[in-house]
Amino acid sequence: MSKVLVEIDNLHKYFGKDEVLKGINMSIRVQDVVCLLGPSGAGKSTLLRCINRLEEPTSGHIYIDGEEITGHGVDLNYMRSEIGMVFQHFNLFPHLNALENCTLALIKVRKMRKKEAEERAIDVLRQVGLENKANTKPKELSGGQQQRVAIARALSMNPKLMLFDEPTSALDPELIGEVLDTMIDLAEQGMTMIVVTHEMGFARKAATRVSVLDQGLIIEDNTPDKVFDAPEHPRTKEFLSKIL
Amino acid sequence: MESIIYNFFNVEVMIRARYLLWLGLQVTLKLAFLSLLLAILVGLFLAVLRNLRIPLLNALIIIYVDLFRALPTIVLFMLVYFTWPYFGISLPRYWSAVVALTINGGAYFEEIFRAGIESIDKGQTEASRALGLSFTQTMFSVILPQAVRVVLPPATSNALELIKTTVLASVIALPELMKQAQQAHGSLANPTPLIMAALIFLVLLWPLVRLTGYLERRFAK
Repeated sequence: MSKVLVEIDNLHKYFGKDEVLKGINMSIRVQDVVCLLGPSGAGKSTLLRCINRLEEPTSGHIYIDGEEITGHGVDLNYMRSEIGMVFQHFNLFPHLNALENCTLALIKVRKMRKKEAEERAIDVLRQVGLENKANTKPKELSGGQQQRVAIARALSMNPKLMLFDEPTSALDPELIGEVLDTMIDLAEQGMTMIVVTHEMGFARKAATRVSVLDQGLIIEDNTPDKVFDAPEHPRTKEFLSKIL
Repeated sequence: MESIIYNFFNVEVMIRARYLLWLGLQVTLKLAFLSLLLAILVGLFLAVLRNLRIPLLNALIIIYVDLFRALPTIVLFMLVYFTWPYFGISLPRYWSAVVALTINGGAYFEEIFRAGIESIDKGQTEASRALGLSFTQTMFSVILPQAVRVVLPPATSNALELIKTTVLASVIALPELMKQAQQAHGSLANPTPLIMAALIFLVLLWPLVRLTGYLERRFAK
């Protein structure tokens, strides 16, 4: 067994009076690919966004590599620079080309020299198959290409963990495949990933674990085969019957 | 016709008034340039600060903006120049005018910059912060470069307003262009200097008016 990378301990999150997360416990090991599944409003995205504190947990603890990242006195910028995040709507920087999207944080956060950062950026763009689009602005790329650049941007920081928040939900059906293929490549290279998705094919193929969230709680947590073929919780069955 | 030329375009008066107007123009340009620069900096600083979403601080910024947008600028000029001596601070006319124009213009620029910053999708901030960029880095590398497009037309228009407002400094007897023109008008008993001042303003500001129109068309979406 590889070592634990992310430990989530009794995590609660309120939005006003709404309790969105009702005590989440999870333990994610190095090279795990965890798919978070569940009906909309279950708290999947909120859980993901708590892990790099884009959302502030109301209570509970999160440890990454044994270090607590919840509470005061944490160097948030440093912590975040080691966690890659990919968003549903890509959120590429429209005023920068693909290369500059990848070098910005290397230069500003990692204080890399421009030339060195550009070499690194070309490497990660090659990894997602877009090194020939380095000088292209996001709006001239297809949705699938934009999301691959967004993946490259996250990879440029050499993160120890990647978070994906519905990375294919905003894409036209014919563009989903190229993004999923990129993610499968990443998984095969041993990247630790937490993925909020509705793509069952991806979950079956790449996930080491599937966690099902419902109403702020994890109701099922098992291998993809077990969850899909022999779900235990009635709510899981109900949910799967709707999306399969 | 002859009386129009004598009263409004009197060459002899022009020659006699030209030095006074030249002095006035220099004061106007210096005042406009410095106040504009400071007002933009104040507005930008407050707009960025407001984005930190600290409730007390934002309340103070809102009070500042509301107050100085509501207050007629001419009143502000008089308040700055005539009340400070009672607090033991005496500012020369020029600096009183700079202060009045800066706090007035800063309030308007804050609103313009804030609207520009708010027009940028929240996802841009999230993506930046998720990469480890600080608040300031996010502002200056990601948000503001994109907000420029939105901000440029109204900011240019506001700059134009501010430059025109410099004439109000004549109420505190600052010898800027308009004040000098009035002076010359009085001492030469001929309104030609007023026409001269008007023409100078026109030549100075008309390109800026064109620019505003151009920017509005160019960035209209």
